[in-house]
Amino acid sequence: MTATAEPEIGRARLRKEDEHLITGRTRWTDNIVLPGMQHLAILRSPPAHARITGIDTSAARSMPGVVAVFTGADLAAEQGSLPCAWQITEDMKAPPAPSLAVDTVNFAGEAVAVVVARSAYEAQDALEKIDVDYDDLPVVLDLEAAAADGADVVHPDLGTNVSAVWTFDSAEAGTGSDVEEAIRDAEVLVQRTFRQQRLIPAFMEPRSVVVDPTGPQLTMWSATQIPHILRLMLAMTLEIPEHKVRVIAPDVGGGFGGKLQVTPEEVIALLVARRLGKPVKYTESRSESMLAAHHGRDQIQKLTLAARRDGTVTGLKVQLLADMGAYLRAGTPVVPILGAFVFNGIYKFPSYHFTCTNVFTNKVPTDAYRGAGRPEATFAIERMMDELAAELSRDPLELRAQNWITHEEFPFHTVAGLTYDSGNYEAATARARELFDYDGLRREQAERRERRDPVQLGIGISTFTEMCGFAPSRILGSLGGGAGWEHAAIRMLPTGKVEVVTGSSPHGQGHETAWSQIVADQLGVPFEDVEVLHGDTQTSPRGMDTYGSRSLAVGGIAVVKAAEKVISKARPIAAHLMECAADDLEFTQGQFRVKGTEKAVGLADVALAVFAATDLPDGIEPNLDSDATYDPDNFSFPHGTHLCAAEVDTETGQVRIRSYVCVDDIGHVVNPLIVDGQVHGGLAQGIAQALYEEAVHDESGTLLSGSFAEYLMPSAADLPSFTTGRTETPATTNPLGVKGVGEAGTIASTPAVVNAVLDAVRHLGVRDIEMPCTPMRVWQAIHAAGAGRPATSDTEGDAR
Amino acid sequence: MRITVTVDGTTYTDDVEPRLLLVHYLRDRLGKVGTVVGCDTSNCGACTVHLNGYSVKSCSVLAVQADGGDVMTVEGLARDGGKLHPVQEAFRDNHALQCGFCTPGMIMQTIDLLAENPDPDEEAVRLGLEGNLCRCTGYQNIVRAVQDAAGRLRGTATDDTYADAKTVAAKADTTGGVR
Repeated sequence: MTATAEPEIGRARLRKEDEHLITGRTRWTDNIVLPGMQHLAILRSPPAHARITGIDTSAARSMPGVVAVFTGADLAAEQGSLPCAWQITEDMKAPPAPSLAVDTVNFAGEAVAVVVARSAYEAQDALEKIDVDYDDLPVVLDLEAAAADGADVVHPDLGTNVSAVWTFDSAEAGTGSDVEEAIRDAEVLVQRTFRQQRLIPAFMEPRSVVVDPTGPQLTMWSATQIPHILRLMLAMTLEIPEHKVRVIAPDVGGGFGGKLQVTPEEVIALLVARRLGKPVKYTESRSESMLAAHHGRDQIQKLTLAARRDGTVTGLKVQLLADMGAYLRAGTPVVPILGAFVFNGIYKFPSYHFTCTNVFTNKVPTDAYRGAGRPEATFAIERMMDELAAELSRDPLELRAQNWITHEEFPFHTVAGLTYDSGNYEAATARARELFDYDGLRREQAERRERRDPVQLGIGISTFTEMCGFAPSRILGSLGGGAGWEHAAIRMLPTGKVEVVTGSSPHGQGHETAWSQIVADQLGVPFEDVEVLHGDTQTSPRGMDTYGSRSLAVGGIAVVKAAEKVISKARPIAAHLMECAADDLEFTQGQFRVKGTEKAVGLADVALAVFAATDLPDGIEPNLDSDATYDPDNFSFPHGTHLCAAEVDTETGQVRIRSYVCVDDIGHVVNPLIVDGQVHGGLAQGIAQALYEEAVHDESGTLLSGSFAEYLMPSAADLPSFTTGRTETPATTNPLGVKGVGEAGTIASTPAVVNAVLDAVRHLGVRDIEMPCTPMRVWQAIHAAGAGRPATSDTEGDAR
Repeated sequence: MRITVTVDGTTYTDDVEPRLLLVHYLRDRLGKVGTVVGCDTSNCGACTVHLNGYSVKSCSVLAVQADGGDVMTVEGLARDGGKLHPVQEAFRDNHALQCGFCTPGMIMQTIDLLAENPDPDEEAVRLGLEGNLCRCTGYQNIVRAVQDAAGRLRGTATDDTYADAKTVAAKADTTGGVR
């Protein structure tokens, strides 16, 4: 066999995934056609809150091609309640969540009826013939109003819009001191309220599901991030025996948390297929996706930062209102809580108090969107550090350095109760400064202010960390969830080729390539000889899927552990073949070698010998296949320094990102090509929150930004080129020293951009601009601050 | 209505509803599922194909408008025993795709863009791809791939496996109405 001399880990391997994607030989769920397959179309509620007083489906039923029409009443007995996997407090209120509304609708876009027809066009035609009578109910939209006493309620049976209140107090937890004391003793207090606008994940492939009820197992193909969790949840909520359900995630076109869900559409398709005994397909339109797939973010953050006049931060108090939307989906209540652990960022201030109130409104539920809780928290602390720097007339980078955990201080027990295993914020920041020309841009900024240039320059900073690698099961348990492990299996084929089965479920991340690199190094087999299998509960029976930057840091480690088991199973057999003691063997580059000699046998030879099984040691099972389930002891903590230079046209409010430098420390890198790609895409999404995207509802609860014509998802023309750099401080908690990279760009970039925008106009008296920082908002902020007359830098006294 | 359309070199004659979109004709009738639907407002460009040598969003063209036309989809690019088109190669080599859903449209739009401007600067690439959305890549590697592909195409202009489609375009520039 060929040994690979150069380590695969760290190589910029081109992706194995690409060949079929660039040639169009793809397997998207919507491509699937089965014999006798019927097509579904879903009628969605226009009102955001109403009682359904009647549904007339008779005209629809007589339309050409229509096979059946079902309403919520038809499916009520079997649809159960869509699952929420997190009980964050003992008294958390969770209303029943039907897939198809039965007597009330609670958000605009909720499913109220489903048409089954021979073609998608015919199903769509018949939708228009369904007549639904609604009695309007009071619409609850405003988060603060919804949380107040005496508010109209979304779910009258609950008697309140508050689902849960979750608190963390460092004094109580023993991780720090009392924040109220810190506030009382503060020499400087910075108080701000930030709004995390509602965002739409907007994966490019609309959600799609095909269900075939005709086999011994019911098979569901779904454009999902979570085939394994989906199978379990379908079994638990629909009372289908788990072994009678198979879920397949074929090619999946992006997710970003948006496909981390058990959806009403999946349940509806399953129930209809089962009812009819025929395969069915449902593929949403983009407009339906915007309306009915879960949204992300949507919080109001009230923040109080306490500090001494010398710049030492002494405490942070966080009061969140988090919009759940109308129901609790799989992860809805826990998303804002995930942020609780990183509001302290990279800093070592001694006191912290966090409270989050989860609130129902008549909007589509929120849930995971890239970063899930951590972008919001990171935005808050990084914005606050800039605000404190401005208050004290300090350089914001220098102020951060004064407060951050230095690299000698790791492992560091944080005020939020986590243990950061490693990090080097100094190194990442030094590298970013260098790539960015920080001092040069500061000089240019001063010059532009001096000459009252209509285009002002701002520099935004974000020195972030995130908790990734979801997750230690025991920690999840303390949040009312669980099962943070990941599974992998390795099959040694007789010819020496290798199949790797992963429970992680890729949808663009490049697992096939990265896992091949890991296995090539571990087993000493060529990269090309490894096939990675995933996304089908039949081939991959155990898995916890892909989200939370967990694939490499958890799933990748499971692969390593499985490979180690293959080698330990092969070792006694290799010793037997060479008639030596197992202890005399060393395994390097795919060869078992008798130490100090040239005598060796390859892993492939062992695999063949195991297959033949004619000459094995007594009592040895003829099988090298191995599997491993890895449950991490700790999260991983990627970090980095992001610097953004933004030009703000004070006459138009237009923001242009002039340069963006990020230095990310994600530990060891398996494939730098994939890492850069993840960072680029993450940055784009974070920048989009800062400048472009927002799900907007009118006063009736109708989504106004309901298509790509209104929801400004950035195009190539809206984004700059990025300069990416890296430092490598390995994680100490896993054998690869990896941390994960999927969310870093999104988490870090939003505050960097908003800080840059504010830095450009702060001398004009602007203290905050709500996201997205659209030209109108920026222009209005400038005019509100200075009544349209830009102040000069010398009157402001802060000409950094 | 009866239409005759050449798709990826094969000529098909079919009866279609007048309202049938070209993308649905390609996907549902011809099984050309390499071309995908990403939106319903013609913003995303995932469904981009070439009609008579020019890129069109096939969700915005009726199948009947393609009657008598020559359609090229992403599936028709790798010819001559599967040899990749230089733009496909450039997308792979520059890691210009992640989930790959927007990729067919991006590739078809890129070929069109480079036919109009064989040596675009970064801004020209970004503007030229404005009608094609990607959620994964942040566009940086796509821009790089387009410029890389431009170099490859300039270097191999005489040996271009796709030159035939552009020849068709030059001859049959009668479909401006659906561009």
